[in-house]
Amino acid sequence: MEFWGYKRKEGRAGIRNHVLILPACACGSESARIVASQVRGAVNIVFNTGCSDVADNTAMSQKILTGFACNPNVYGVVIIGLGCETVPHKELREKIQSMTSKPVVSFGIQEEGGTLKTIEKAVRAARDMAAEAAMQQKELCDISELLLGIECGGSDATSGIASNPAVGELSDRLVDLGASTIMSESIEWIGGEHIVAKRAATPEIHNQIIQICKNYEEHLKAAGQDCRGGQPTPGNKAGGLSTLDEKSLGCIRKGGTRPIVEVLDQAQRPTKRGAIVMDTAGYDISSVTSMVAGGCNAVIFTTGRGTPTGNAIVPVIKVTANGLTFERMEDNMDVDLSSIIKGTKTFKECGEQLLSVVHDICNGKMTKAEAYGFSDIAVDHVCRFV
Amino acid sequence: MEVNALLMDPKDNVVTCVAKVAAGEEIVYRDEEKVCRLVAKEEIPFCHKIALADLKEGEEVIKYGELIGKTSQPIARGEWVSHNNIYSVPRDYESELIKQEEM
Repeated sequence: MEFWGYKRKEGRAGIRNHVLILPACACGSESARIVASQVRGAVNIVFNTGCSDVADNTAMSQKILTGFACNPNVYGVVIIGLGCETVPHKELREKIQSMTSKPVVSFGIQEEGGTLKTIEKAVRAARDMAAEAAMQQKELCDISELLLGIECGGSDATSGIASNPAVGELSDRLVDLGASTIMSESIEWIGGEHIVAKRAATPEIHNQIIQICKNYEEHLKAAGQDCRGGQPTPGNKAGGLSTLDEKSLGCIRKGGTRPIVEVLDQAQRPTKRGAIVMDTAGYDISSVTSMVAGGCNAVIFTTGRGTPTGNAIVPVIKVTANGLTFERMEDNMDVDLSSIIKGTKTFKECGEQLLSVVHDICNGKMTKAEAYGFSDIAVDHVCRFV
Repeated sequence: MEVNALLMDPKDNVVTCVAKVAAGEEIVYRDEEKVCRLVAKEEIPFCHKIALADLKEGEEVIKYGELIGKTSQPIARGEWVSHNNIYSVPRDYESELIKQEEM
């Protein structure tokens, strides 16, 4: 299988060709928003960290910022800093330039003498970059270039019964074709971690998976918190998910059945191809943020109760097997899998259908969240989300 | 045959209702080829679980063939199983790790 994508000098191909307007800290976020609104082909993110933080949080913020910049869906980057952020915009720029040859420029609001002057310079830079990006021709790329993030959020009991098994089938199909997938949300392996671990390609990976769950619980315990206090969420409970274990056993189905070849930290880029897992929070926005920073081209997102979420850099494909939700939130849902619940289609058949949906999106078809220009982001921190 | 609940694994002692079920209404689900029935003792919301057997307090609740929690009170066959009457039990991670000598 092949798709029309944007070849990159380093690493995998992109399925989009965005100019990314990247704030180096929260204080650059509003200017970044205005710059992106002025230039067709540019997208921005809103960043709420980057200053007055402890070392581990700063490290996480930097992983996210550099990861976003290096994502294959990004053509070039315009950084907007303030000037007194923890990691100065110039240093961030140099770090990104050491990781990729794509165009990167940066501006500081204090040095430029205010937002208007900064915005003017940044708009000019972004405009030139967007003009160049528009000249890049799509080329045929093998599906093995694709890295798909797998997410679930606003889950109800239909997620574990129907949409997650269908996405698991999609993941198996993609892996068999040579592509790679990432299943994240390690807190939502708890209760089913022994089943995830059975898929490990090596005994080391098996133990890494168990250890991640153990560490997650201990990490929260050290802060006097219980992971079961926030999981399942009130929405999950109303949707029929009574315990973290029940939620997890449904969640892990979305990763499919193929051997797990690599275990990643949050926002880390994979070195292997195949079925991969990443240690992230169950908080969907944060988990998607980390997978996009890890280089995902697109995210497939199952939901039961419905969610509008989108990401500036990658298309987020919303699928639900709750027929009522698809009907009521048709604005936000891309694929209706309720035929699995009705018994008219199997999850395996729906996996096949999803492969064709993902293929279309790789070729440029917009998801609903993408067409609306949604740009959700959440950066995990020292006391982790659940 | 129209079913209104799904059994995820033959070992399960709950089924998930895929339609809202009124008190006194019949629940129909499939256990492989066999069609099974029971009567709901109370209203069960869409997506929620119903007990297939009388469960004592502290008994294991099984879905997907796996432990999803234990009961915090007795639950009779046909009653609603939810976060109000089951709870999650801690995992025994140490026993799940592959020991160095077994690697």
